[in-house]
Amino acid sequence: MTIVNFTPWTALAGGLLIGAAALLLLLVGGRIAGISGIVAGIGSQRNKGWRLAFVAGLVAVPLVLFGLNVAEAASLQHYSPWRLALAGLLVGVGTRLGNGCTSGHGICGLGRLSPRSVVATLLFMAAGMATVTLSGLGG
Amino acid sequence: MLIPIALFSGALFGLGLLVSGMMNPAKVLGFLDLFGRWDPSLALVMGGALAVFAPGYWWWRRQGHTRCVLGDKLPDVPAARFDRKLLLGALLFGIGWGLAGICPGPALGLLGSLQWQAGLFVAAMIAGFWLANKAGSLKR
Repeated sequence: MTIVNFTPWTALAGGLLIGAAALLLLLVGGRIAGISGIVAGIGSQRNKGWRLAFVAGLVAVPLVLFGLNVAEAASLQHYSPWRLALAGLLVGVGTRLGNGCTSGHGICGLGRLSPRSVVATLLFMAAGMATVTLSGLGG
Repeated sequence: MLIPIALFSGALFGLGLLVSGMMNPAKVLGFLDLFGRWDPSLALVMGGALAVFAPGYWWWRRQGHTRCVLGDKLPDVPAARFDRKLLLGALLFGIGWGLAGICPGPALGLLGSLQWQAGLFVAAMIAGFWLANKAGSLKR
């Protein structure tokens, strides 16, 4: 293991903002800031308004900051369409079957000491690390 | 009132994702590359988020609140059942996450970069939600 590209301060600052956003939605609105659950619920749940509003806010901020050149978007040009489609499909199926993603399990679940979220988080982290490690071995 | 709160929370969440580096797939893949060239940054994203979220939540509960400010009951923590769906789901999600370095929040945020690749990822993810719901209703 070699440590590279470590950006502790921006990571921590961003994390604090994400935690504050999730706390606000839960304590004021009574809703879990789990992105996969919020998006999937737009199609399947009756209560859509707050979900659409949350997604609109989440998309609007990067849209504006990229548009004004305040921030630079990471380029996705090097991905093959097949890789993106397969990854997106697995992320979609997996987060629905497992009832949560990095935010729902990793923050809201862990923060509320949900045993299911502890198991899910350890498992998806391990699976992600195994995938990156094994695909790296192939060159 | 829920709609403006959700809009503001979503905006704050999006800003956090951008500032933290979660919207840069190379950084996410660097974090998952524990046994290679490891970028530990994302551990601090999760740590920072939990450092705000967990004490805030438990402080509210210790005040004796069972409801949120707007009046709804706080969602229950689900019972500790580790069924096959949870384990298989987390496994598939982790593999997909490792293939591209993009999870659902950053996928939405990357739509703001107006790259068609972000749209493709989100469309595939939504197809995945739909497939998983279908599979779930077949079993029942």
